[in-house]
Amino acid sequence: MSQGETSLKQASQSGPRGCNTAAALAGGRIREQFPILETTVHGKPLIYMDSAATTQKPQRVIDAIVRHFTHRCSNVHRGVHKLSQLATESYESARETVRRGIGAAESQEIIFTRGTTEAINLVAQTFGRQRIGEGDEVLITAMEHHSNIVPWQMLRDEKGIVLKVVPINDRGDIDLNDYEALLSDRTRMVSIALISNALGTINPVKEMVRLAHARNIPVLVDGAQAVGHDVVDVQDLDCDFFALSGHKMYAPSGIGALYGKADLLDEMPPYQGGGDMIATVTFDKTVYNGIPHRFEAGTPNIVGAVGMGAAFDFLQETCFEAITAHEHDLLTYATEQVGAVPGIRLIGTAKKKAAVLSFMLEGAHPHDVGTILDLDGIAVRAGHHCAQPVMDRFGVPATVRASFAVYNLRSDIDALVQGLHKVREVFCK
Amino acid sequence: MSEFRELYQEVILDHGKNPRNFREAAEGERTAYGHNPLCGDKIQVHVAMDHGVIENVAFHGQGCAISTASASMMTQTLKGKTLEAAETMFQSFHNLITGTGDPETDLAGLGKLAVFAGVREFPVRVKCATLAWHTFKAALTHSEEPASTE
Repeated sequence: MSQGETSLKQASQSGPRGCNTAAALAGGRIREQFPILETTVHGKPLIYMDSAATTQKPQRVIDAIVRHFTHRCSNVHRGVHKLSQLATESYESARETVRRGIGAAESQEIIFTRGTTEAINLVAQTFGRQRIGEGDEVLITAMEHHSNIVPWQMLRDEKGIVLKVVPINDRGDIDLNDYEALLSDRTRMVSIALISNALGTINPVKEMVRLAHARNIPVLVDGAQAVGHDVVDVQDLDCDFFALSGHKMYAPSGIGALYGKADLLDEMPPYQGGGDMIATVTFDKTVYNGIPHRFEAGTPNIVGAVGMGAAFDFLQETCFEAITAHEHDLLTYATEQVGAVPGIRLIGTAKKKAAVLSFMLEGAHPHDVGTILDLDGIAVRAGHHCAQPVMDRFGVPATVRASFAVYNLRSDIDALVQGLHKVREVFCK
Repeated sequence: MSEFRELYQEVILDHGKNPRNFREAAEGERTAYGHNPLCGDKIQVHVAMDHGVIENVAFHGQGCAISTASASMMTQTLKGKTLEAAETMFQSFHNLITGTGDPETDLAGLGKLAVFAGVREFPVRVKCATLAWHTFKAALTHSEEPASTE
């Protein structure tokens, strides 16, 4: 077992009383908490297998949002009036929930952002701009999402930094020797995905952090695909930054967070200028606020943060032990069943995988597969998954991707397999 | 079964699988590149003109059944047409697959291309069906920039 995997498992799994089991999740009771699963699509019951793109929202997240707008809607960190105090309390309490959810030491280390993308851009544009100069290197992997490529390319074009890429093998794994060999005395930052959105690969991030830190290189972890599927403990990973998105962990879109070690955040210049990020302003001089507020200019996505807090509560209550076991069962079953359909080529067969199954069906383009499945109410992703370099690496223009979450059942996968047989009847005669 | 048969008509499946006029550019032909960033489809359209008449059209590249069939049938349809007729045809084709315009007039001028009528039920696939046409237009204008569906 890789170190990164260990770190995902090590944190406390002693959930609260009433914790689910994998068997309970397999039974599907949890589906009652997701009202959208009652929806029909093209007259068929929705079978949603696109959770790596966005997860559906449980009732308690929806309720928390409605409750906030019904009882606590106000601006934060401003008014002396009661509602403003309540809204501030909700917002800051969500920050504390996020802190607990990812195992950070202090809530001031949690900065609310629009999502993972903004979190990475924030680091590139503040920490990166300040500390990475011409000829310095930033190391990423060949399986990164565009959001962990483009911000560094923008810095490259602006400052002449060098972007280096750790290759992946045909299974979709990196080799730690390749990684280590690319850590040079010019490397100023390592920025890597914990889980690949296109391939499902779980990277040995803890070990990668250790190797980087041995050379005093800071590490940013893109955790978008990890939070919500397994325990994340940023202190155990020992990463310097960790980026996450609410909408991939049962919370609304437009909210996410950046975790950063307090001593690093303290030294970083502001990201955007505006209200809330300042201590005092005159026309001559502005004194910036402390962390985390220095990085949250303008009125934040208050209700989004509240929804994200509720989503962490949902995860805590559902229990990661059950979630990981259930999703692992779905992945194993899907790999077997989909893999047995004639003409299937699985893209991404890493040793350690999250519940993401990317594949090609010979003779049928992923978009055509997606359309025919859609007519059966089956939602999968067909495309390049915002990871075009990964598609190029495997020599495919796009893939079909089924990705699973707590509410999926083995019967969903049976429906997918049936749908794929239907596609074969049309395209592979 | 019937719903997707409206989109995936036999003619479309046939052209998707065995595209006509599918080749690299010949000498003297104008070529343009087309790209649908949404799905990664990439296409090249080659055109040979003779005194305002489209002497030959061919294409090359990779794409879904809809985009490949659309390109294939476009090349067959456009051969021998004037530029003006090609422009009118593209407009009618666009109207047909987006469900706008006057169906009777549009259908009348489209001939075989009428099989794409089912696309109007699938708005996300409209770009697949129009990629070849946009690229054809780019080839005529000698555009250096790849034609895009965006």
